[in-house]
Amino acid sequence: MPYHFNFSLIWRHFDRLGWGLALSLELSVLAAAIGTVLGLAMAIAHVSGGRGLRAAIGTYVECIRNIPLLLLVYLVFYGIPSVVNLQYNAMTSFIVTLSVYYAAYLVEVFRAGLLAVSRGLTDAGKAIGLTAWQRLLYVRLPVMFRIVLPSLSNTFVSLFKDTSVASVLAVPELTYGAQWINNNTFRVIEVYMIVTPMYVATGYAILFLLRQFERRLAIR
Amino acid sequence: MTGLETVWRALPSLWGGLAVTLEASALSVAFALIGGVLLGTTLVFGPWPLRLPIRGLVDLVRGIPVLVLIFFVYYVGPAAGLNLGSFAAAVLALSLFSASQVAEITRGAISSVHHGQMEAARAIGLNFPQRLIWVIFPQAIRRFLPPWINSVTDTVKGSALISLVGIVDLMLSIQQVIGRTYDPMPFYILGALIYLAINYSLSSASRHLEARFAYAAT
Amino acid sequence: MSDPLVRIDAVGKSFGTTRVLDGVDLDVNRGEVVTVIGPSGSGKTTLLRCVNALETYDEGSIRVDGVEVGFRGSEARRRPRRDRELSRIRAATGMVFQLFYLFPHLTAVENVTLGLRKVRRLGKAEARERALHWLDRVGLANRIDNLPSQLSGGQQQRVGIARAVAMDPKVLLLDEITSALDPELVGEVLAVVRRLADDGMTMLVVTHEMGFAREVSDQVAFMDNGRIVQHGDPESVLRNPSGERLKAFLSRVS
Repeated sequence: MPYHFNFSLIWRHFDRLGWGLALSLELSVLAAAIGTVLGLAMAIAHVSGGRGLRAAIGTYVECIRNIPLLLLVYLVFYGIPSVVNLQYNAMTSFIVTLSVYYAAYLVEVFRAGLLAVSRGLTDAGKAIGLTAWQRLLYVRLPVMFRIVLPSLSNTFVSLFKDTSVASVLAVPELTYGAQWINNNTFRVIEVYMIVTPMYVATGYAILFLLRQFERRLAIR
Repeated sequence: MTGLETVWRALPSLWGGLAVTLEASALSVAFALIGGVLLGTTLVFGPWPLRLPIRGLVDLVRGIPVLVLIFFVYYVGPAAGLNLGSFAAAVLALSLFSASQVAEITRGAISSVHHGQMEAARAIGLNFPQRLIWVIFPQAIRRFLPPWINSVTDTVKGSALISLVGIVDLMLSIQQVIGRTYDPMPFYILGALIYLAINYSLSSASRHLEARFAYAAT
Repeated sequence: MSDPLVRIDAVGKSFGTTRVLDGVDLDVNRGEVVTVIGPSGSGKTTLLRCVNALETYDEGSIRVDGVEVGFRGSEARRRPRRDRELSRIRAATGMVFQLFYLFPHLTAVENVTLGLRKVRRLGKAEARERALHWLDRVGLANRIDNLPSQLSGGQQQRVGIARAVAMDPKVLLLDEITSALDPELVGEVLAVVRRLADDGMTMLVVTHEMGFAREVSDQVAFMDNGRIVQHGDPESVLRNPSGERLKAFLSRVS
């Protein structure tokens, strides 16, 4: 029996998908911002800190990067409140998890970037009398930032795609919107034929914007 | 009953799930390796009528979240006449995801070999497959291995998402045990440790491989 | 005249078992240009980097205007200086590098103002005015808003010189500043240095340009194996070399 497509039900509930995408983007921006701060702080600590700090950050990175995001999402939302007296909603829980998860990737990005800043530039900063903090702030970080921008952009797009996992906590982002429409209209095929291109288009739109930004900041 | 005892008792009920996780991951990694290397090689050497659709497909798949890809194959597949069981659909989705990564990794690795190598190989009279097998691939593999291991790790991690279409893998077994014991934390930690062990042994194995294939860079 | 501006006294330094500096003595008087020549690996660049505290030295003493560069405390019990003190001391010496090391994210004028703003704590307008003055002096008044990547090697090096001299250093250290340049760009950079020398800037120069060394130097020191083997006015060292090593070196470079 040939399948009869019916997209009208999807369009009727399209606000679920539209607002869902908006929330996906909001989750992405928040997690990317927090993850960047965490990742940057750890990267700086890793390249300039002592052996203990270095080992701690290395362990964190190894652990987080080898555990599925889904498991971490469950662990933070269901696991942690079961052992400590902490209350938080699903959205907060997911943002924290995604930030911590991507911080482990971003540490590596920033660390590699900091190590790629030529020793000579640091020397030039020393030679004009900049202090260690000033060298970091005015020389190493700005140069590092320009070096890592391409991989940073790719990481952010991956992060955006991974916001789909928030649907398991019923955070009403795009994938959850798809599931809701599926549960209420049973038009599962149609909904994924709409939602999938929405993810692809948004992901590439983000990448396009970040690439424009890269081009403007390029140093060579 | 302490948390440790609960975990110890529930452990046997996780083995089945672990086996499913390992099987799904292994199959996906294998399919992705074969498919991805073929696609990636074609992306470098193929004629444009072949390159263009492959480029499009690889970029498309890379743009889809793994979770959505799994749902897509699982739900939309049957409408396209693809009547797979849930396990096969999940493995197909994971394979597609991983293959698109492997294709990119392959393309990058091959491109890193100096094109003079291809010319030198042609000059001594090797035909195209011989040039690939004896000259290009052996040099490209050094660039291929490190990102490929990352993609294997991504596949193992991504396999946890197949629990969401009802496949009783390690992730879902853990959820089921928690449903019975109402004690989530020890089992999530246990699960994390098992995934960590799988991926960690994979990456240490890869370091040995890398050491084997390492030679002075030219 | 009074004490020398830079006094290098029995300085020794080892990297592992290699002795890179082996009891170096060298004085630079105010307004003088002192050139250090020698084969690569002889320790001349390391010596220069020690004067700017980019490297530490194990023994001896380096004083710039009476201040010990690498250490604090009494001579008997000296300790390495902290980063903040080093920054202050480095600000008193200007350094120009072989590979320029301009800050790639900053324009020519921003490269010069960074130190003026953050180290000298000048106001925005004053720093810019001073930077423009020096960029004009090195002949780059029309390239002030270019990024380093938009400048030729010779232009980049002239920005490097402007960046160093704008800080108003007591002594300028030049580390093979023309070695990375295409031959046709060497002249424009040396012309700038020559003008600085005429204006009375104190300089310690490491170079392979023998003609230039002869022309601008008040003293020339020949270094070999971490030691200053020969030392004197350019005439005596370069025109009438004594010693086999120096003769062999000079015949190779000129």
